Amino acid sequence: MPTVGIKRDLLFEVLQKTYTDDQFQDLCFDFGLELDEVTSEKEMLSREQGTESDQVKTASEAIIYKIDIPANRYDLLCLEGLARGLLVFLHKMEAPRYRSIPPTEGPRQQLIIKPNTAKVRPHAVAAILRNITFNQDRYSSFIDLQDKLHQNICRKRSLVAIGTHDLDTIQGPFVFDAKPPDEIKFRPLNQQKELTATQQMELYSGDSHLRHYLPIIRDKPVYPVIYDRNGVVLSMPPIINGEHSKITLNTRNVLIECTATDLNKATTVLDQLVSMFSQYCSQPFIVEQVDVVRPDKTSITYPKLAYREEELLVEDVNKKIGIQESPETIAQLLTKMCLKSKVVENGSKLLVEVPPTRADVIHCCDIIEDVAIAYGYNNVQYTMPKTNCIADQFQINHLTDQLRNAVAQAGFTEVLTFALCSRDDIADKLGHNIENTRAVHISNPKTSEFQVARTTLLPGILKTLANNRKMPLPLKLFEISDIVLQDPDKDVGAGNERHLCAVNYNKAPGFEVIQGLLDRTMQMLEVKSCKDDDQGYYIRSSQDDATYFPGRCAEIVARGKVIGKMGVLHPDVIQKFELTLPCAAFEITLEPFL
Amino acid sequence: MNIKLNIFHITKGTEFKLKLDKPEADLTPEMISSGSWRTKTFKPFNFDALGVPPTSGHLHPLLKVRSEFRQIFLEMGFTEMPTNNFIESSFWNFDSLFQPQQHPARDAHDTFFISDPATAHEFPMDYLERVKKVHSEGGYGSQGYKYDWKIEEAQKNLLRTHTTAVSARMLYKLAQQKEFRPVKYFSIDRVFRNETLDATHLAEFHQIEGVVADYGLTLGDLMGIIYEFFKKLGIEKLRFKPAYNPYTEPSMEIFSYHEGLKKWVEIGNSGVFRPEMLLPMGLPQDVQVIAWGLSLERPTMIKYGIDNIRDLIGPKVNLQMIYDNPLCRLDKKII
Repeated sequence: MPTVGIKRDLLFEVLQKTYTDDQFQDLCFDFGLELDEVTSEKEMLSREQGTESDQVKTASEAIIYKIDIPANRYDLLCLEGLARGLLVFLHKMEAPRYRSIPPTEGPRQQLIIKPNTAKVRPHAVAAILRNITFNQDRYSSFIDLQDKLHQNICRKRSLVAIGTHDLDTIQGPFVFDAKPPDEIKFRPLNQQKELTATQQMELYSGDSHLRHYLPIIRDKPVYPVIYDRNGVVLSMPPIINGEHSKITLNTRNVLIECTATDLNKATTVLDQLVSMFSQYCSQPFIVEQVDVVRPDKTSITYPKLAYREEELLVEDVNKKIGIQESPETIAQLLTKMCLKSKVVENGSKLLVEVPPTRADVIHCCDIIEDVAIAYGYNNVQYTMPKTNCIADQFQINHLTDQLRNAVAQAGFTEVLTFALCSRDDIADKLGHNIENTRAVHISNPKTSEFQVARTTLLPGILKTLANNRKMPLPLKLFEISDIVLQDPDKDVGAGNERHLCAVNYNKAPGFEVIQGLLDRTMQMLEVKSCKDDDQGYYIRSSQDDATYFPGRCAEIVARGKVIGKMGVLHPDVIQKFELTLPCAAFEITLEPFL
Repeated sequence: MNIKLNIFHITKGTEFKLKLDKPEADLTPEMISSGSWRTKTFKPFNFDALGVPPTSGHLHPLLKVRSEFRQIFLEMGFTEMPTNNFIESSFWNFDSLFQPQQHPARDAHDTFFISDPATAHEFPMDYLERVKKVHSEGGYGSQGYKYDWKIEEAQKNLLRTHTTAVSARMLYKLAQQKEFRPVKYFSIDRVFRNETLDATHLAEFHQIEGVVADYGLTLGDLMGIIYEFFKKLGIEKLRFKPAYNPYTEPSMEIFSYHEGLKKWVEIGNSGVFRPEMLLPMGLPQDVQVIAWGLSLERPTMIKYGIDNIRDLIGPKVNLQMIYDNPLCRLDKKII
């Protein structure tokens, strides 16, 4: 969930009201946000750098609210949008109408896309904010929003990259092309001299912020680049903008370009950015259009700032939430959520206008949720579903719970271990070869602890023993849980198997103790001890299992099939699991007993 | 010369005996048969000492809580779903739930992907086509996400990130039946997240999920059944907060008031499944599906005052904690 840091006093100034932290917390709760933390720049820095650093000493103590924003609300990711949303919610203002218009004189600026971009980053959109006034706060907010959008909807710049430029320092028409890295040379932001793209890749590989974006284009034959009619480079997306066109507090006209591999997302991102910051233009909420000319010579005008209409049945809204409100009230509630609505067709339907800032609304159910939020979730009456069902237990779980009780009653202690482990845990340490285990392998483990899904419960129990060596003896542990095996008959190629594993750890291994538990378990499952009958169970000596001590290993056969093994653990196994005393164990599958 | 004369008067006391008796520790079989207990003295018993602990086996605290939650669901008429499949395909875990393929949760650093077997090989193909369409083009009243849906992404196997994947399979199965019948399902099983680990987060934990599918269910119904569920845990003071899930709308986070901390704490998540998820399955238009979930570990840690999750599950657990852990009585206030 994204978090925005908003200066509290600035926010209250815009909201024209001062709240206590608790009051603001309540407001957030009702709106669907969460006030996560109340802090200050000084506090945040001192947490990172300690209280003695110079940066901390000069840092601001102004209160910052850290607010959690739902991941699909791009319109709430900055103070401007958040305040606007809250003001409309509190009936303190009407949602603004966003419009894009051609320039007051002359033709639209153009951004021409060259065919080469198709090799690396095919799409681009652009817009202009005219006669905008920045101050330090607005400027920081502008940069922050781009960063937030980059992290979220842009998927760390891989889908969309935003570039913003001082329009008065450059001259259109602008060209979006892709060139071999050595042919791109310009002075990047905050650098002193001109560097080629290759040099910049080198330079930024050490930059903690930028190095994450380099792989997006590094190995491509051509890199994206935007330049103006005089060859001045605006930016090399998604890496960095040029120093030449950088925005300052004195910038009055801003060109925004978004290059992308996903055109829809780029359009949405552009719409969000301009809706938020056109607030500071001399004509608020009016954005100047730019023509984007594609390689096939067709031209599209941006920003779209499209308004959409959805129709809802009033009855539907009331029924789905469980309230009984008049169409007029519902229309009012929606208007509170920036979804301007009117009652149509004699009060049976609502016509709802979805603004470009509400890209999260893609179905009527999104609108119905907003009605419920505006009404107040906690004002809805609790009712009970009239659904009558006879409940059923999942057979293997029912059996498991009964068997867990039986094994505990027999004097064993239940443990709960991890389903993921290292390859060694289920192979080397048990004297087996990983290839013979039918194990499922994980492709992106962060540590060796998550290399495979367990194929046996034994390693987990042995590790638990190793962590409890000081406990009084004997230690008698068990676990009834799932292991995972590859299985070509399953649609995903693998499935779970419910196993019971028990271990006796003591000065003497206690094969007879473990066998006693097995006998008791079979008695509980009504399986007779019988060699000849194919409904009964018996054990028979087994050779060649490196997990067990030679001459002290047996296969367990029940209902004609081998269901598991038991025996005294091999000293190698005992030592590999950092244990010191003898140990006897058995492990069986419970699946045949359903 | 001073002579001191001391005169003592001695009489027989009540305890006067001619023989010296050693006090006995306990009754013996001989004393009972011979009756000699009548003439013996017994050592005073030390009522302050503890008794001998009986040799017992023990159940694991988290699994005791699990049994209690299973019981609660069964008491409410919920049927247990088959969740014995840790390995799931991206299709059932994400796509069928209308979670887009570019969603950050499908990143390699939130989800464990499988290298072997890397892909799932069987899907209900006509359903898959409908899922593809609703993601990429929309339909069923939706704008859709408008991106190129790729079957290769959907085929990727992973360790399931939620048991909602099983709920999706069950709802699909339900929709294939000739006639729709309302159902109440639940599951409590293991899920896996590849996130940063800390004192309260592990790579694997248990998710509890309840699902109701019926005609005309409302948000009020969802709140009502959640209320009844938590009432069985001794929690009655609830507050619902608007939230966001890719597959539910409306979505609500469930909060309850913690008397000790004197604040509202989050205890669960819930929502109404989106039409984009239900309609491609073939469920009737006016069937609503409501669901809620929480983790098993969190209420257990709160109830038993455990701060570090590794003290509760995994091999680092102290066996003495398991030996000493009391009955799990959820109806007695857990927070």
